[in-house]
Amino acid sequence: MDNKIAAVTMRNITKRFGPVLANDRVWLNIYRGEILALLGENGSGKTTLMNMLSGIYFPDEGEIAIDGRPVVIRSPKDAFDLGIGMIHQHFKLVDVLTAAENIVLGLEGKLDLKAASKRIREICGAYGFEVDPEQKIYDMSVSQKQTVEIVKVLYRGADILILDEPTAVLTPQETDKLFAVLRNMRDDGKAIVIITHKMHEVEALSDRVAILRHGQFIGDMPTKMTNAQEMTNMMVGHAVTLNIKRPDPVDPKPRIEVKDLTVRDIEGTVKLDRVSFTACSGEILGIAGISGSGQKELLESIAGLQPVESGSISYIGDDGRREELIGKDPLAIKELGVALSFVPEDRLGMGLVGNMDLGNNMMLRSYRSGRGLFTNRRDPYKLAHEMVDFLEISTPSVETPVRRLSGGNVQKVLVGREIANAPSVLLTAYAVRGLDINSSYLIYDTINAQKMRGVAVVYVGEDLDVLLELSDRILVLCGGRVSGIVPGRGAKKRDVGMMMTKLGGNAHEQ
Amino acid sequence: MNNKKRSPLFHVAKRAALPWYKSWAIRGGAVLLALLACGLITTLVTGEDPIAVYVSMWEGSFGTSRRFWVLLQNIAMLLCVSLAVTPAFRMRCWNLGGEGQALIGCLAAAACMIRLSGKLPNALVIACMCVASILAGAVWAGIPALFKAKYNTNETLFTLMMNYVATQLVAYYCVVWENPKGSGQIGIINPNSQIGWFPVVGGQKYLLNILVVAVVCVLMHIYLNYSKHGYEIAVVGESERTARYVGIKVERVIVRTMLLSGALCGLAGLLLVGSTNHTLTPTLVEGRGFTAVMVAWLAKFNPVWMILTSLLLVFLSRGAGEIATNFGLNQSFGDILTGVILFFIIGSEFFINYQIKLTKGAGKED
Repeated sequence: MDNKIAAVTMRNITKRFGPVLANDRVWLNIYRGEILALLGENGSGKTTLMNMLSGIYFPDEGEIAIDGRPVVIRSPKDAFDLGIGMIHQHFKLVDVLTAAENIVLGLEGKLDLKAASKRIREICGAYGFEVDPEQKIYDMSVSQKQTVEIVKVLYRGADILILDEPTAVLTPQETDKLFAVLRNMRDDGKAIVIITHKMHEVEALSDRVAILRHGQFIGDMPTKMTNAQEMTNMMVGHAVTLNIKRPDPVDPKPRIEVKDLTVRDIEGTVKLDRVSFTACSGEILGIAGISGSGQKELLESIAGLQPVESGSISYIGDDGRREELIGKDPLAIKELGVALSFVPEDRLGMGLVGNMDLGNNMMLRSYRSGRGLFTNRRDPYKLAHEMVDFLEISTPSVETPVRRLSGGNVQKVLVGREIANAPSVLLTAYAVRGLDINSSYLIYDTINAQKMRGVAVVYVGEDLDVLLELSDRILVLCGGRVSGIVPGRGAKKRDVGMMMTKLGGNAHEQ
Repeated sequence: MNNKKRSPLFHVAKRAALPWYKSWAIRGGAVLLALLACGLITTLVTGEDPIAVYVSMWEGSFGTSRRFWVLLQNIAMLLCVSLAVTPAFRMRCWNLGGEGQALIGCLAAAACMIRLSGKLPNALVIACMCVASILAGAVWAGIPALFKAKYNTNETLFTLMMNYVATQLVAYYCVVWENPKGSGQIGIINPNSQIGWFPVVGGQKYLLNILVVAVVCVLMHIYLNYSKHGYEIAVVGESERTARYVGIKVERVIVRTMLLSGALCGLAGLLLVGSTNHTLTPTLVEGRGFTAVMVAWLAKFNPVWMILTSLLLVFLSRGAGEIATNFGLNQSFGDILTGVILFFIIGSEFFINYQIKLTKGAGKED
């Protein structure tokens, strides 16, 4: 492998954002016929490094060479001309156009959709994609959209592909399919870089791993020569344990009872269809499902943020009193004496105010407690200081706007505030999305601590491995309906995966 | 493929937060540069001595004690309207109707003076004026607010349109109440009885307005930064979804804040009629409702900084007028200078937030 000429050589790459050193003299080689997994915690500079390769950023210092020849990449177009294509986390597709139209969009020359469709089918055939060039994007599932993004890049002649956390939005079955396709492309001699946080994917897919920490290149090695524990230690910089604790539930009693909950969105589409379940105190109820199966609506209904068509949501207090939550807004629920905390999916758009500092964000829940007309500013700032220490939030100060913090720290601020008012119900949506291993484990520990306190935790997750390890029970949603509720201990990933895509999974066929 | 492209020579990078003295040094530098540029333009275009032009600008505001008081009065009135639109702006609700809300306040005050004079004792007339003006301003802002809260209409267009309605209403009443007959103007109201005229404080005609606005400025600063309402305004402005998530009733906050905004515009109208002008014309507010937008933005919606930005704008506009008369240039030349100065000041914000970096070691080959 050493005698091969690298497809891409990055030498001494440095990039600063203001005072933040995102990449510090990074060296990286990418080879053809190889899948490279780029590993690192949040804020370690993986995406920044790849963005410089794909022409989105320009490095402050350092050189890039393609096939041994130095190049200057000033724009995404330059990158394309060099055969570099990046598939971002957030898709950049036009919903009302077809797959083929999206793929040729922006290309120069005569518009010939027929010829384009033919070439798209050839590409799909060669690597095992399943794309209908005539299908509109809005009719597609997330995984189909991702496929279109990959084909788009290949259509433009890319032979160096970069995928930024491609499996974050996929089911296990879809992930397997994607991996098969990536292996085909590797065997065809393409260079592939995949950014991911999931260790088992790295081990299953990649040929080589490269690790970044705090913007610096730590090392690279063949995947076969290492293991998850060693890679994690290199990423974090010290030894970490990779087991999620699952203490036994503490005296579980029904806390939230949902009966026949039906929700429609503004367009009248059914988002939740007669959903019934019970969440118990001292227990973590995991919610699994393909994204968009009604998880958001379910949590927001309980939190009083989503108009409900029919059904009931009752809160059962320790003393046995029942309160109906439907038709009440968050303030009314609070005034009932129901301590309900909610960590929403959209952290900066809903849970926090990005332009406000830590103290002011802590105040969101407590500002009404001030005396008379005025807010109490001292306590929230005190709380912010406590949270910075307790959850190891890395921030210049509590007066820093939260949007300046990295994703993991933003989430810690939000989780910290939500557990600070001693909830009896804790709803979390994708609590560890985009978080690195260290932060994720801190969040799992925090959630477990709440469970031990007797809190009823509802944990909406996307990583099935985590759901299976963390939850006491798992509710699987499929297209807005309950596909099944299984005990977390002993549940099989495959079975849950099947239930996510098909009501009841395979139970009926066997 | 030829890849002999050159690296870019420089690129723009975001700065970390600058210490306050550095950012003010940049702003001060911008003003100096602006004055230099203006001097150059003056010499090139008119052949006048730029120093003399600047002296005359300065004289326009500070030349005599009367001019100085007029300057303070103008600052006070501009500041009053600016303070009024600020709560709405902090909520990201673009109330461009300050002009109309103030004018309708003028109309209400004048109506009380004209219709109630002789029927009620002076003190009661003044009390009626206060209530009527403030209410009128609040209603004028409340109508667009209700529509925004209920039907999510665009407040920018709605408040802007309300300005024209107010102007036409005033124009209509100027004819209805014309005095003397046939003049189409109202003239000074109650010139002899002085009913509805606000008392003169401290022997200075303008002192009352200045004091009132100073108090409003302090109160507004406290309201926005330390009160629960102020906090709710900030949250709604940043993210309505976050506001709903913590149980803030967004519609109520929108209407409440716009009512406050309108009420303060009404107060500005009241002061203009009751204390300063004692008359009513469709142009009485002199575009302050729009200049206030600039004052508020330049000060980043900070009530205390607004004192400085309204000083700057009033000083520039009075200076422009002074140049026009003294040098026989027309008003447009003064406006050009004002524009150049504002361009530099606003442009300096770019250099406070960003820095230009030369690319190091670009294009090296091995």
